[in-house]
Amino acid sequence: MRRQKLTIQGFLAKSLFIFGVGVLLFYLLFPFYWAIVSSLKSSNQLFATPITYFPPTPQWANYQTIFTTQPFGRFLLNSFLVAGGTTLLSLFIGLFAAYAIGRFSFRGRQPIYYTMLAVTMFPSISVLGGLFVLVRSLGLYDSIPGLILTYLLFTLPFTIWILTSFVREIPIELEEAAYIDGATPVQALFKVMLPVIAPGMVTAGLLAFIQAWNEFLFALTFTVNERSRTVPVAIALFSGTSSFELPWNQIMAASVVVTVPLLVLVLIFQQRIVAGLTAGAVKG
Amino acid sequence: MLNQKNPKKRYSLEAWRTRTAWLFLAPSLVILLLVAAYPLFRTFQLSFFDVSILKFPLQATWVGFDNYVALFSDPRWWRSVWNTVVFTFYSVGLETVLGLIIALIVHSEFRGRGLVRTAMLVPWAIPGVVSSQMWRWMLNDVYGVINDLFMRLRIIKTPMAWLAEPALVLPALIMIDVWKTTPFMALILLAGLQGIPKELYEAARVDGASPVQQFWRITMPLLRPSLLVALIFRTLDALRVFDMIYIVAGTQVETISMSIYARQQLISFGSLGYGSAVAAGIFLILAMYISVYLVTLKVEVK
Repeated sequence: MRRQKLTIQGFLAKSLFIFGVGVLLFYLLFPFYWAIVSSLKSSNQLFATPITYFPPTPQWANYQTIFTTQPFGRFLLNSFLVAGGTTLLSLFIGLFAAYAIGRFSFRGRQPIYYTMLAVTMFPSISVLGGLFVLVRSLGLYDSIPGLILTYLLFTLPFTIWILTSFVREIPIELEEAAYIDGATPVQALFKVMLPVIAPGMVTAGLLAFIQAWNEFLFALTFTVNERSRTVPVAIALFSGTSSFELPWNQIMAASVVVTVPLLVLVLIFQQRIVAGLTAGAVKG
Repeated sequence: MLNQKNPKKRYSLEAWRTRTAWLFLAPSLVILLLVAAYPLFRTFQLSFFDVSILKFPLQATWVGFDNYVALFSDPRWWRSVWNTVVFTFYSVGLETVLGLIIALIVHSEFRGRGLVRTAMLVPWAIPGVVSSQMWRWMLNDVYGVINDLFMRLRIIKTPMAWLAEPALVLPALIMIDVWKTTPFMALILLAGLQGIPKELYEAARVDGASPVQQFWRITMPLLRPSLLVALIFRTLDALRVFDMIYIVAGTQVETISMSIYARQQLISFGSLGYGSAVAAGIFLILAMYISVYLVTLKVEVK
């Protein structure tokens, strides 16, 4: 009797749990599904009631239109250059800094380490005006290098923060052996540390790339022309041929195009990304 | 060993290591001085001037504390502070509760757990601008899927103008933020959950503790550090909110955030002086928040 009651309860609990997981999955994934569906509808299908939950006849034309009605290819290239340049610079410069902070003991190390953390918490709006003046006076307004320089504000401290935690986990014997063999610090860093720290570089690099790829405020403020526009700004400023309704199918097509590479990256490297995110948060 | 016998050599080795360290740090420090320290200094400096962003080189007139006096009695500024605080309070609160529930679900063993964990990364990975546009479309009053879904589920009777009705815009924005950032919260809490030794639960079970008791007596106290860190990071993020509100609701006064107000003054209206005072105000508010948090954290650690 009791046993039977238990299994009924167990069954109910299990069904409830499966239902909960189903709702959760729907909640997490539906908006992106909806973006894909909308990107495959014609304007007539888009602005029709009742709403259809599958694209009746997939309209791939939307994916062509975004490249022909505006220089979307150019925006993608710009985003790629900005995010790639920011990432490479952050990793290269940050590696040296992380090595210094993680391995050398010197006066001022603690304050520098915590200043880096403070900079990552910093509201970027509070430097917007000053950066605008700086970018203007350096002649970098409305240019890719200008965006890369300003993006270092948030990617560099974060990269140093993550790489330092990786440097600290590497046994010191490895480098000592190199120093005994007469290696210089730069050689020790590149020949001994770099191969061991490579996973950390991948994690930090991915997070920096994603941050730079998604950045909106600086890109909106420090660029004006299509020549230097990045994808987030382009998607935000999307306007249609008619002022009456926005071309949501094209906006969604553009959205899918910029999101898919990111999702692929995240899915491939999900372990590393989660480790990096939680390490940054938990150790902080 | 060798160093102890020869103090002079040890000193020089130390000096050499210090010099190398600073040399390695130099590029990072130069860049951060250039893009963080200098602009921040400029923000504070310019907040004492009347200066337009449109003319280069800048022509600035010293006005003392005038900008701050104006800021203090600027109803739009205080409205933006209030909006931001309300937005932060509700979205972080909801994210914490929902994030904890999701973390607990994903922490338990079940088939398809990997799938859910992967799916959790999707809202996080989608660029903020993209998810803002996605939700803007989904919340469209006539053709939006949210109205359709909610009506099918009998949650609402008639379509709602989520983004036009003043009373609904802020709740809608909070709803979007919760969708976008709850997974991050859940990931941090999940890492915290995984750090709790399983033996504790086994021991509690042996002692006859119910799952509810286990949750309040073991899970919650041990999760506290992760919860605190997640809360702090999310609160900081929410207080800085710009992208999502700017794209979904624009600069309307009902939902304008501190960051949007500062950018509007600085760039759209071109008043670099007053805008800098707004930016300095935001900096001070966040600095206050961070120091309160650091003090609490120190107390917590002790």
